[in-house]
Amino acid sequence: MDFQIAILLTQDGLTNGAIYALMALALVLVFSVTRVVFIPQGEFLAFGALTLATLQTRAVPGTIWLLLVFGAVAFLIDAAAALTRRRPAAVVPAALWNLALPAAIAGLATWLAPLEMPLPASIALTFLLVVPLGPLLYRIVYQPIAEAPVLVLLIVSFAVHLALSGIGLVLFGAEGSRTPAFSEATLEIGFLPLPAQSLWVYGGSMALAGALYAFFGRTLFGKALRATAVNRTGAKLSGIRTAFAGKACFLLAALIGVASGVLIGPLTTIYYDTGFLVGLKGFVGAIIGALASYPVAVAGALFVGLLESFASFYASAYKEVIVFTLIIPVLLWLSLRTPHEEEEE
Amino acid sequence: MKARVALAILLALLAAAPLLAPEYWITLGSYIGLYSLVVLGICLLTGIAGQVSFGQAAFVGLGAYATAWLSTAHGVSPWLGLLAGFAVTGVFALVLGLVTTRLSGHYLPLSTIAWGIALYYLFGNLEFVGGFTGLSGIPTLGILGFELRDTRAYYYLIWLCVFAVLVMIQFLLASRVGRAIRALRGGVVMAESFGVNTRLLKVQVFVFAAVIAALSGWLYAHMQRFVNPTPFGLHVGMEYLFMAVVGGAGYVWGALLGAALITVAKQLLQSLLPDLLGASAQYEIVLFGIAMVLVLHRAREGIWAWVAPRVQHWAHPPAIPTASPLPAHSRAPVAGPLLEVAAARKAFGGLVAVDDVSFEVRSGEIVGLIGPNGAGKSTTFNLITGLLDLTAGDVRFRGEPLSGLPPQRVARLGVSRTFQHVKLLPAMSVLDNVAIGAHLRGDAGFLRCLFHLERGQERSLIAEAAHQLERVGLGPEMHLPAGSLPLGKQRIVEVARALAADPVLLLLDEPAAGLRYKEKRDLAARLAKLRSEGMTILLVEHDMDFVMELTDRLVVLDFGVKLAEGLPDEIQRNPLVLEAYLGGVA
Repeated sequence: MDFQIAILLTQDGLTNGAIYALMALALVLVFSVTRVVFIPQGEFLAFGALTLATLQTRAVPGTIWLLLVFGAVAFLIDAAAALTRRRPAAVVPAALWNLALPAAIAGLATWLAPLEMPLPASIALTFLLVVPLGPLLYRIVYQPIAEAPVLVLLIVSFAVHLALSGIGLVLFGAEGSRTPAFSEATLEIGFLPLPAQSLWVYGGSMALAGALYAFFGRTLFGKALRATAVNRTGAKLSGIRTAFAGKACFLLAALIGVASGVLIGPLTTIYYDTGFLVGLKGFVGAIIGALASYPVAVAGALFVGLLESFASFYASAYKEVIVFTLIIPVLLWLSLRTPHEEEEE
Repeated sequence: MKARVALAILLALLAAAPLLAPEYWITLGSYIGLYSLVVLGICLLTGIAGQVSFGQAAFVGLGAYATAWLSTAHGVSPWLGLLAGFAVTGVFALVLGLVTTRLSGHYLPLSTIAWGIALYYLFGNLEFVGGFTGLSGIPTLGILGFELRDTRAYYYLIWLCVFAVLVMIQFLLASRVGRAIRALRGGVVMAESFGVNTRLLKVQVFVFAAVIAALSGWLYAHMQRFVNPTPFGLHVGMEYLFMAVVGGAGYVWGALLGAALITVAKQLLQSLLPDLLGASAQYEIVLFGIAMVLVLHRAREGIWAWVAPRVQHWAHPPAIPTASPLPAHSRAPVAGPLLEVAAARKAFGGLVAVDDVSFEVRSGEIVGLIGPNGAGKSTTFNLITGLLDLTAGDVRFRGEPLSGLPPQRVARLGVSRTFQHVKLLPAMSVLDNVAIGAHLRGDAGFLRCLFHLERGQERSLIAEAAHQLERVGLGPEMHLPAGSLPLGKQRIVEVARALAADPVLLLLDEPAAGLRYKEKRDLAARLAKLRSEGMTILLVEHDMDFVMELTDRLVVLDFGVKLAEGLPDEIQRNPLVLEAYLGGVA
């Protein structure tokens, strides 16, 4: 391998690694606040990229149906809860959030989709369509069992992944899509060609990571979310609504997922099931950070990206094997480093 | 009796089915058997031991590929292929189990996900096992010169294996090791205090579940005579878990029920859905996912949890056997104190919970450890029993240092305890709970229990547990689930469990809390009787009447510091103690 190939592999690895890092951030966020090991994180990436790709073909993305159905189910749950608690007035905001808002977004998408839209407008619409699925998913699936053991939440997450990937196939079909690059330019740094899209990926991930850092470190709301992570009961007693905290962090997770999909969409072909593997590679990164440390998770995810890139050069057929086997030495290292943890159900 | 009849009918139906049913249903029945094997392992692993694996399909794959490759490429006998499959699977599971056993519970499932994917791609890319196209031409099985060729033969072989494994798991669960396994879910601290090596046990259970999965893979490979990576992927691993959860992961019969239900439902869906909704998409996956979420929302314990209470009363509680006595600890008198706590210190960060506390307990006395809430009494207990490590100082038992020993080792030396917050396994019978106390008095390991070769010892353990329950006056309640007793009686069960360990030193953490007046009197009388029989007791208690009447000496703690020590009468008049308890008003 000469120097140039090494540089190219590094650049490729860092680009993928940046996306894995975003996945890892979302996973650590969701796990630390809700104790949910969020296997379907990658589905948001796929749904984001594929929704954008559909919009680019001036078709109405199937995501609107998913949004409407999720909204309707969430409304039924909220309405039933409001009525059993004898607070019929609560049905109105439930209807606004779960029925009217999704309907408005779906209407907007149906109206705009056939028109000639600039890329930023399509991207904005993609966010509007996919991000609300995050909090709705929390409301429907996780909120009713928020106090369940971690392992139950984990199995539920896997089931949600199965359902969502099946739905992805129905909505977007089996063919993959690529979205247009934000800009076609390629920068030449010395002898090294650097596509501008890679810069977008680096910049986008860093901006998102920085925003998350500021949000959790500097704002009261971010601190409240962290408090929920540390002690749910204590947070409840201090007036933090844990259900709201859960929805908020699923909203952030969905946002990060869609952003990743939009950023990576021009660089690689996305299929309905691409997100799963991408999300899991983020997991390997997040596990290096013990599902708790944001900076280590990011570093771990970048390492996964690099490892994958170099593995695909040396042993292309075995790159998935190599990346996922990495988890064994990582766990060994974690288990030697951490004191014995006692757990009681 | 009824249970036997039901079982006989089930077996008769399973045996007769191939003679009546068409070929298609026999094959389906074989598949249900193959899945049942894997799911039985998951039930033990997940439902009973509380560990989750998404990667069982990968273990099935190892079992299948081991025999497929050996028998096609090297012409090795399938029976050697089975052993090779067991060995390979066992080693892989051992490694995964060992690296995750010290970490919290979600790392094992996450590592099984990663490893499920890795193995799938490995099978798919290794040229010598045919890559994604797979291996064909796997020979059929021969047993004693008889070639298994037709569907019916495999059906019978598979179900024979299912029932063999089922019986083994039943043996295991009703044994010394089985009681410890049931404690893994929600009772780790308690189990370790009675000498259970929980880490080793977790790894053993994981390896066992993996090896059963490999057995299923071996049967599959020779029945199908073809393997490729698809049936060993991660999503299939999820399906196995789904079968266990739907059937009832805590019950062996739930495994069979779940496997049968899901397999049949999947067949029906796969033939019906494409007609209804078009063939392009995998709607059954969506339905599966949604159904799984609903099951976990509404019926987390599975279908068998609903059946079980209706079937349970069919079986009579077993009679208590008479058996040879268990080995007992040496009670030879020691020179010097039995327990010696010397300048023991425990700091949690900046908070010093136990601050250079020293006291002694001599053989045959009852010493009370008292003090206001937060004085460090339970922390002191945890330091003695090895649940917490000393920051500084020394704890000696019969002159030997306990510092740095894990709870299992401390228990082995003859120190046994009860817990302030009752740690019983609520679904298990009172008798079985108490038998956990006698864990260290037996030595039957995993394999011996699996084949029920520990009958004599098991009888002695149960007889001992029953004897201790009679001793504390809970004989009539011994077959009830521990969780059904009122809290006061649960505390007495804890005492019986501690006694079953044949302790030299008994540590009781608030044994009288929640007892009525008469129950307290009875307890005090029983403890006094134990003392007269030579038992040494250290107890934490808030009920002053109880303490003053029963104990020989008192040690008073306040804010982690030893405030006073002496005879009950002296302590009652000690101004420092009065101030700590009453804030100086007196």
